[in-house]
Amino acid sequence: MTSRARPLVLGLGLVALAAVPPVGGLLNQPFYVDLVRRVMIFAIAALSLDLILGYGGMVSFGHAAYLGIGAYAVGILAHHGIHNGVLQWSLAIAASMAVALVIGAVSIRTSGVYFIMITLAFTQMLYYLGISIEEYGGDDGMRLAVRSQFPGPLDLQNGTVFYYVVLAILLLFLVLAHRLIAARFGMVIRAARSNEARTRAIGFSPYRYKLMAFTLAGAMCGLAGALLVNHTEYLTPEFMHWTRSGEIMFMVILGGMGTLVGPVLGAFAFLLLENLLSGWTAHWQIIFGPLLILVVLYAKRGLFGLLPGGGPRDG
Amino acid sequence: MAEALLQVRGLTRRFGGLVATDRLDLDIGQGETHAIIGPNGAGKTTLIAQLAGDLRSDAGAVRFAGEDITRLSAPARSLRGLARSFQITSIFPDFTTLDNVALAVQAHAGHSFRFWRPARREPALREPARAILAQVGLAGRADVRAASLAHGEQRQLEIAMALATGPRLLLLDEPVAGMGLDESQRMIRFLASVKGRLTIVLVEHDMDAVFALADRISVLVYGRIIATGTPEAIRANAEVRQAYLGEDAVA
Repeated sequence: MTSRARPLVLGLGLVALAAVPPVGGLLNQPFYVDLVRRVMIFAIAALSLDLILGYGGMVSFGHAAYLGIGAYAVGILAHHGIHNGVLQWSLAIAASMAVALVIGAVSIRTSGVYFIMITLAFTQMLYYLGISIEEYGGDDGMRLAVRSQFPGPLDLQNGTVFYYVVLAILLLFLVLAHRLIAARFGMVIRAARSNEARTRAIGFSPYRYKLMAFTLAGAMCGLAGALLVNHTEYLTPEFMHWTRSGEIMFMVILGGMGTLVGPVLGAFAFLLLENLLSGWTAHWQIIFGPLLILVVLYAKRGLFGLLPGGGPRDG
Repeated sequence: MAEALLQVRGLTRRFGGLVATDRLDLDIGQGETHAIIGPNGAGKTTLIAQLAGDLRSDAGAVRFAGEDITRLSAPARSLRGLARSFQITSIFPDFTTLDNVALAVQAHAGHSFRFWRPARREPALREPARAILAQVGLAGRADVRAASLAHGEQRQLEIAMALATGPRLLLLDEPVAGMGLDESQRMIRFLASVKGRLTIVLVEHDMDAVFALADRISVLVYGRIIATGTPEAIRANAEVRQAYLGEDAVA
């Protein structure tokens, strides 16, 4: 994007997002507040995947694992009567970080198809683990009786407050990711994506940087999971189903890999289209599938590339 | 005699039944420019990859600056001052020319677990990189995407990235490959200007480049060095003439 168009478009987008609750209230359409909140939660998940997929070149086909871990961390604590949001969300982040560290440590030693299969296999293991634990609902999952509780005015039971909390976290992660990819750390993982042999030849050991990126992305997505379970007020192992991993990946590709705004656009396009089409017909995937294929074929830079001046990728 | 900067003893690499590097011995002295020549398939690129740490050796040892580096990875060798260029241009095509070199500077400027400050605004990375671009004659192309550089410029960038790591030894794999006459003359002049300050191992097919730059030449045939000597001695060596050099190269 040209330097002038970019802040304008981003600013308008931010204003639009901030205006959803009052406008939704005015039109008496709380459904849209709900929908956009869900979109933003998935935008956080997609953004975290884009860090390793788009910038790090790691095609993780198991990103839903962290969504699930984050959700279960909140759900399990709530199940045992702990509703403190700080504790719940900290556990969500810490647990998904730890799991990402283990999965990453093994899978980053491989590449290409093997990397995809290993990340998928780990996530399937977690999925079946979720199904097998009867204490936490097994196959059916469990209800979240109360949303995470925070002190003061941060009452998530209030849908509007929750909406702005999600928006703030999305913005925070966009800023953090923006800094991270331009900092020394980001330059290394982008260089390793671009040309790993050269990266090693000039003296970098990419493994530790890729593992760090993988772990950070897991933590970010874990928090998205904590938000998601609060949003839906129930959780099931389906959060970790491999099709969910595929959906998150599609949001990234649809919106534009290796861009920060792309995953947000992708989450919007994906979920809004899904919503719209499923309202028309139960067989909405028949329309949805070809649409996605067209975008992949004709918009190499995703939806972001269609914006004015979307431009060639920068590293 | 002082220990050679790079000492290779009994280095071996097999690919199935093929012995690409066969119990090879080689000494590269401090400050020397040492060319390795040989017919196609002699194992030159394999040798470079083994020396740089990109390819494991089946047997033998490599010592660099008094340290056994046989088991060290490519990045570990780079950090000790061993830099390589690639025969087939290997750069970061989506980054700018300056980014490419600044990355090489960054790799040698402490760890990169730094998450906040934009690397492109760090003078500690950008200024040394600019100086090296000026040195190789790419200053005017600093902000161009590396992918859109001409072939000869990309070859220059290869060298610039190797230099940016502050090496003691440069492993150059066919630096003038695919270059036009003008470009290769310029590259040879440039290498002549750094020669002596740096130790250079040069694998090259271009005999003009080899005889213009080398202090000593080793001839590699079927993974073995069949002769090592000054350019004059190599020109005069009957076995070398038979194995490799055409009569016109000797004339």
